[in-house]
Amino acid sequence: MSVDQKVDAGRRQLLLVTSAAGGVAAAAAAVPFVASLTPSERAKAAGAPVEVDISKLAPGQMMTVEWRGKPVWIINRTKEMLDSLKKTEGEVSDPASDKPMQPEYAKNETRSIKPEILVAVGICTHLGCSPSDKFKTGAESGVAADWPGGFLCPCHGSTFDMAGRVYKSKPAPDNLEIPPHKYVADTKIVIGEDGKA
Amino acid sequence: MTTKAQAVIDWVDERFPLTSSIKGHLTEYYAPKNFNFWYFFGSLALLVLVIQIVTGIFLVMHYKPDASLNAAGVPVAFASVEYIMRDVPGGWLIRYMHSTGASAFFIVVYLHMFRGLLYGSYRKPRELIWIFGTLIFLALMAEAFMGYLLPWGQMSFWGAQVIVNLFSAIPVIGPDLSVVIRGDFVVSDATLNRFFSFHVIAVPLILIGLVAAHIVALHEVGSNNPDGVEIKKKKGADGHPLDGIPFHPYYTVKDIVGVVGFLIVFSFIVFFAPEGGGYFLEFNNFIPADPLKTPPHIAPVWYFTPFYSILRAVTYPLFGIDAKFWGVVAMGAAVVIIAFLPWLDRSPVKSIRYKGGLFKAILAVFIVAFFILGYLGVLPPTPGRTLVSQICSVIYFGFFLLMPWYSKMDKCKPEPDRVTG
Repeated sequence: MSVDQKVDAGRRQLLLVTSAAGGVAAAAAAVPFVASLTPSERAKAAGAPVEVDISKLAPGQMMTVEWRGKPVWIINRTKEMLDSLKKTEGEVSDPASDKPMQPEYAKNETRSIKPEILVAVGICTHLGCSPSDKFKTGAESGVAADWPGGFLCPCHGSTFDMAGRVYKSKPAPDNLEIPPHKYVADTKIVIGEDGKA
Repeated sequence: MTTKAQAVIDWVDERFPLTSSIKGHLTEYYAPKNFNFWYFFGSLALLVLVIQIVTGIFLVMHYKPDASLNAAGVPVAFASVEYIMRDVPGGWLIRYMHSTGASAFFIVVYLHMFRGLLYGSYRKPRELIWIFGTLIFLALMAEAFMGYLLPWGQMSFWGAQVIVNLFSAIPVIGPDLSVVIRGDFVVSDATLNRFFSFHVIAVPLILIGLVAAHIVALHEVGSNNPDGVEIKKKKGADGHPLDGIPFHPYYTVKDIVGVVGFLIVFSFIVFFAPEGGGYFLEFNNFIPADPLKTPPHIAPVWYFTPFYSILRAVTYPLFGIDAKFWGVVAMGAAVVIIAFLPWLDRSPVKSIRYKGGLFKAILAVFIVAFFILGYLGVLPPTPGRTLVSQICSVIYFGFFLLMPWYSKMDKCKPEPDRVTG
């Protein structure tokens, strides 16, 4: 080994440049691997709207349909259920639906196009469990003695009222999502497409 | 040894450090002579790792990571697990060994960690061993979580749904990050396949690497012991620690006793109670995954429940960010904080044998709080239970964060010069 300890600046520069070039190449090679983790074209395409016939949905009943792999609830609310929304107004965290969890045409007291028909994505905004319906009121529901009816998420105990509005001081931060939907006939809903309000 | 065999060994030794490795790690690795019951769990963790790898290799030969429905309308992945259980010769046994092995892994690792807590095994100069150990614990959690999705039952699906959604709580990048983790907008076939890949290839490789680093670091500094005194400080004329004995044959024989005891219990569970009363294999997981219906009561497997309770305990938003995000932060911090123990403990002694009543009382409260958190994690939440889990979460973090003070205030007894036997 040479006793001369001086750094050969030319070689040092060559080392730096080739290392940098190698690093850039390695980073570029990572691109397809990271890209492969994102949803495939097939997954992106699987989002077609769903048409639902609600003519057999009696007042107080609820049905679940699948849209983009998620449960979407359609609930035909009774007058009592709609009245309960007035009572829960002070107890929910976003009573006027100010957060963008619904299309503009559902930003109203009932969070729906037709007052009695609620269309909501049945996925808790906390961690994605599907809440259970607790339509019975009072102690019979098993939720609370003064329960006005709504939904209870079994995972972390978030509660929602009959318009999918989340109660205050619960793990879920937002109201249930209202998907884009429209009526193509009086009792036919298309979920996944916006209509004129 | 015959000269021929010796010649072969010599030939290898000139090309590979065979004899010197055996000496350095086994026959001339001097371990303290006073190891007790608590020192079984390190070697048992290694045994369970081997069980999991071997059973896993054979399960992969029959399992199919496919979420599509077969002709009978059952997801292929779920059906392939049923096929292993019913039609593959010996398949039920291999599968139950693997599923019981997951719980056994956490039992021995929790006991192994508690041993470290008792005897101050994380203290200088063993900080890196402890950090590698914490990383092993993290890798093990990832491994168990991703493995749990594979049977594609109701708990598999909804457990993955909840945990992946945890990442969406991270501000700004969260929603996109959770899509990248799932590979889809919902937990789907893409998620199942990548979790399979991680569970059988990526995480096991990381795990084996970390275990190797854990053991190499241990053998560099030498083992701690129930007295928490360094045996390397007192060496005999031969240069070996006076209180040390060669790992082989002394501790290999002792560990075999541990292995036999463990296998008796393990076999009992595998043969007579593989579901572990619904704690090792949850009953809802015998129902195929249904993306439209969450089971009425969803709970993680028992080994995650203490941390799950901490997640649920956070119900207040802070700094304008949702409670959900802070719950995730608290759960992550609860695991990561373990790695900082070497710098939080300021006690003049390592072992609980010479620590004062203050530390013993606080450790007891911590363990009770940990068990309560674990118990609450399997129950549905109620306001009362949430309050209890909040109190226990505060105790959990208090144990770590207040340690710099109470470990100094504690009235310790003097450590002996040599191990006490």
